[in-house]
Amino acid sequence: MDVAIVGIGIHPFGRHPGLSGREQGAYAVRQALTDARIGWADVQCAFGGSVAAGGADTLVSDLGLTGLPFVNVHNGCGTGGSALAMAERAIRSGDHDLAMAIGFDKHPPGAFNADPEASGLGRWYGETGLMLTTQFFAMKIQRYMHEYGISPASLARVAARAYRNGALNPAAWRRQPLTEQEIAAAPMISHPLTKYMFCSPGEGGVALVLARADRAHRYTARPVYLKAVSFRTRQFGSFEVFSPWLAPDRAEGPTAAAARAAFEAAGLGPENVDVIQVQDTESGAEIMHLAETGFCADGEQELLIKSGATEIGGTMPVNTDGGCLANGEPIGASGLRQVYESVLQLRGAAGQRQVPGQPKVAFTHVYGAPGISCCTILTT
Amino acid sequence: MTAAGPAAVPVAEGLFSWPADPRLLGGSCASCGTTTFPRQSSCPRCTGTDIRTVPLAATGRLWTWTVQAFEPKPPYRADGPFEPYGVGYVELATADGSGAVLVESRLTEADPERLEIGAEMALTFIPVYRDAAGQPVVTFAFAPQHPGTR
Repeated sequence: MDVAIVGIGIHPFGRHPGLSGREQGAYAVRQALTDARIGWADVQCAFGGSVAAGGADTLVSDLGLTGLPFVNVHNGCGTGGSALAMAERAIRSGDHDLAMAIGFDKHPPGAFNADPEASGLGRWYGETGLMLTTQFFAMKIQRYMHEYGISPASLARVAARAYRNGALNPAAWRRQPLTEQEIAAAPMISHPLTKYMFCSPGEGGVALVLARADRAHRYTARPVYLKAVSFRTRQFGSFEVFSPWLAPDRAEGPTAAAARAAFEAAGLGPENVDVIQVQDTESGAEIMHLAETGFCADGEQELLIKSGATEIGGTMPVNTDGGCLANGEPIGASGLRQVYESVLQLRGAAGQRQVPGQPKVAFTHVYGAPGISCCTILTT
Repeated sequence: MTAAGPAAVPVAEGLFSWPADPRLLGGSCASCGTTTFPRQSSCPRCTGTDIRTVPLAATGRLWTWTVQAFEPKPPYRADGPFEPYGVGYVELATADGSGAVLVESRLTEADPERLEIGAEMALTFIPVYRDAAGQPVVTFAFAPQHPGTR
């Protein structure tokens, strides 16, 4: 049974004092239901979660106590992707006709303060100031720049494009364009990355309605087909966040494995993709993930970015909604935001940031702690 | 540059030998030879549980690095005003030469102009905070061997 996305909803990302993460999730659900022209009582099963804003199943007390099976997902940065993967299976297996995937979150300002013991690490690792996601991303791109000749200018270019695209997105958090000079000259957070090269933990919610593909037209004139959802964790030898040590020989990370599995499942390759969303926790992550997902070779990013290929009007548009840099990262919602954006683009409904030429294939990629990745491929 | 005196106590048991001949202590898997730091009771490569403790070399090369420019939230602990600090991975052989591991560590240098991938680094120890009894608590760190030669 093929699977279609027939309804999408989003609560704008950013900071929303007085509004809980749950409320933002419920808002997104109502938007998605309206979009699919159904009621909550029509939803046969739901999968959802947040990392820091409570259990998604409690949404039923706002949306309606219909008795549906609702599974809470708590899977770190893979929370949204995991919820989507399970909703997809619920349809593909033939068990259900209509399912929802929901993600929302609400984090306090500032960097995440991770708990070492919850990650199976000694408390010393946090006490001595080593347990910061920002350090990991900085050290990964530092090494990558050394090996593949990526310049600091590319880091600024990626961030400038993110804020430019965010300015065109009504649901984005940071909608003020910044110049490459402003980005490069901002205070250094973790060398070589400045303040404006990092995304911030934030708030927001996204909900998606999934249906059997053969019945998709009951709900929408423009169904988008979910061809593949692939989720992977780290393997021995990959360089991951929160690693007190690494093996001397590098293995590929979960991103490469998840992307390859998604392309194989969809029967498509990177060359078929018209619009790309990749995890840009910081500028360097986008650069590295473009190679890890197979869209270019290591080192080619320098020229691709400089030439404008990754702009909305370029040959391989990347993070058209402004990515994590312009939207911030409410962890539970972040991966589903990429799918929301992809559906808008494939519907031709992305407004000012619409990729020209009627894009037909979209790709999304999430990466996060403690070394997980989820990739999806969507088509018209 | 062992900044802490002999009364200092390690930040955690099992990370390094202390106070005599301080060395980082890794784990070596008897089945597949994988070296971990710190030692752990199960091998993340082959699931083996026969892991022996191995001291690591006191010098190695810097594999990558960054500088922590803002004060982390708890559980980070430090006394006094925040000063940026370097962080990196240093490639270390086991003392017996049978294995190798990249160890994440504080660096004594926080000036980007004085940190370079491939640089020779040497083990040292730095104070992190004073415990409830007033004893200085120390952790391991690496110092560039020839700072400023970039």
